[in-house]
Amino acid sequence: MRRRGRRPSVAVTVLAALAVAFFVIPLVGLLQRAPWSELADDLTDPVVRDALRLSLVCSLGATVLAFVLGLPLAWVLARTEMPGRRFVRALVLLPMVLPPVVGGVALLLAFGRRGLVGQYLDDWFGIRLPFTTWGAIVAEAFVAMPFFVIVVEAGLRSLDQRYEEAAATLGARRFTTFRRVVLPLIAPSVIAGAALTWARALGEFGATILFAGNLQGKTQTMPLAIFVELQTNLGGAIALSLVLLAVSVVVLVSLRDRWFPA
Amino acid sequence: MKRVLVVVAALVVLIAAAQPVAAAPRPSGEITVFAASSLTESFDEIAKQFEKKYPDVSVKFDYDASSNLATQINQGAPADVFASADRDNLQKTIDSGAVTPPPIVFAKNRLEIAVEKGNPKKIKGLADLQKAGLVVVLCADQVPCGKYAAESLGNAGVSVSPASKEENAKATLGKVSIGEADASIVYVTDVKASKGTTSGVKIADKVNVVATYPMGIVKDSQNATAAKAWVQFVRSKDGQKTLRKFGFLPP
Repeated sequence: MRRRGRRPSVAVTVLAALAVAFFVIPLVGLLQRAPWSELADDLTDPVVRDALRLSLVCSLGATVLAFVLGLPLAWVLARTEMPGRRFVRALVLLPMVLPPVVGGVALLLAFGRRGLVGQYLDDWFGIRLPFTTWGAIVAEAFVAMPFFVIVVEAGLRSLDQRYEEAAATLGARRFTTFRRVVLPLIAPSVIAGAALTWARALGEFGATILFAGNLQGKTQTMPLAIFVELQTNLGGAIALSLVLLAVSVVVLVSLRDRWFPA
Repeated sequence: MKRVLVVVAALVVLIAAAQPVAAAPRPSGEITVFAASSLTESFDEIAKQFEKKYPDVSVKFDYDASSNLATQINQGAPADVFASADRDNLQKTIDSGAVTPPPIVFAKNRLEIAVEKGNPKKIKGLADLQKAGLVVVLCADQVPCGKYAAESLGNAGVSVSPASKEENAKATLGKVSIGEADASIVYVTDVKASKGTTSGVKIADKVNVVATYPMGIVKDSQNATAAKAWVQFVRSKDGQKTLRKFGFLPP
């Protein structure tokens, strides 16, 4: 008899069903309170529209940042014997488990106007991150980039190094090898990593509100708008929540084969 | 023998005095007070005095923007008392049937401009908040302190473009004390409670706003006796003295 065909006991079945209900009931709660008839109006409300636009800009910006900085880092972690590599990897993964609010405070103390680095950014270049859209992008990248690094690193590790060696033997330079051979082969990992990063960035709240503040059209992304709107405009908050829920479902479904095999 | 009698008599008097006059049940157990974030320091201290008077009661707090707390109470959050920084948000919970009327006003408050310690930008009043390059943060429009600030700015005929609209009074003040913002408009009591990390700049009386703080007992409270005792205690001489100490005005 195949193991996967075993029948669970009654107790296990009941507990498992409870677990499913626990996940499903909040979603049902959201859907049953959704103002379907006013959804179009709610979604064209200026606050909601600005939040949608800003969320798109910031989450895509954070994903690009994660690609530009995270790809080299993933390569270093996967392909080099750098001393302290395990420590660096742990450090990179820290934002995944760190409460985002703590990340926000840390960002403020580092890149704020009086921060460790921020004061020089301001004095020397006149760059200020808090209360700007760039600040929101940085906050989202801080929290979401680990997803990109970890997924791409795993992709690189599972790639047979002989492809690279063959390309090198044929005289390809290292960057050419990476761009023409490695990148196409790890494309699925890069895409999956980018999608997870993007989804995480889209939902970022704690670090963003602490580091970038909350201003409509500038730093008020969808989660922030949901939080503030909930106090006076439940319909708008639910409408925005539905958008984020839909996006999450789409990301999940499109990644199911790679990340969540049945 | 005579001495023994005196001691016994004194004990009897003491025991009698310790008995509550009315036969009301003694408050015990736990209560949760949902309170405007501007009440943080004063309520924490009042709770210490309250728990000294009623050793069987422990008070827990949830401090946040009154508007946020009102939404949570209307959705059935397990609070026993709601203390709001404005009349509107308490009224919202009364209208929905979650809180028992009438609202009991226990304090008033005024606004102040919070600036960095020592006022390095030399801000003298609301009009200075329009200066170019000045980073000003306000409370969100939905939150009482944001509503009051907008009202006061309107009275002064000043329009400010804030860098951020924060989720409650304490968060707004925090951006100034950490040095990220040059100025914000919060309550007089917030600046006082910041213990010198920020300085206050007065807002002229004729454009300032008086914030009224009402309280109410949540209808579904599991501990109405202790909740009532809390409301009474905040209104008592001791409670009021503490509120005064933190800069609140009499109701």
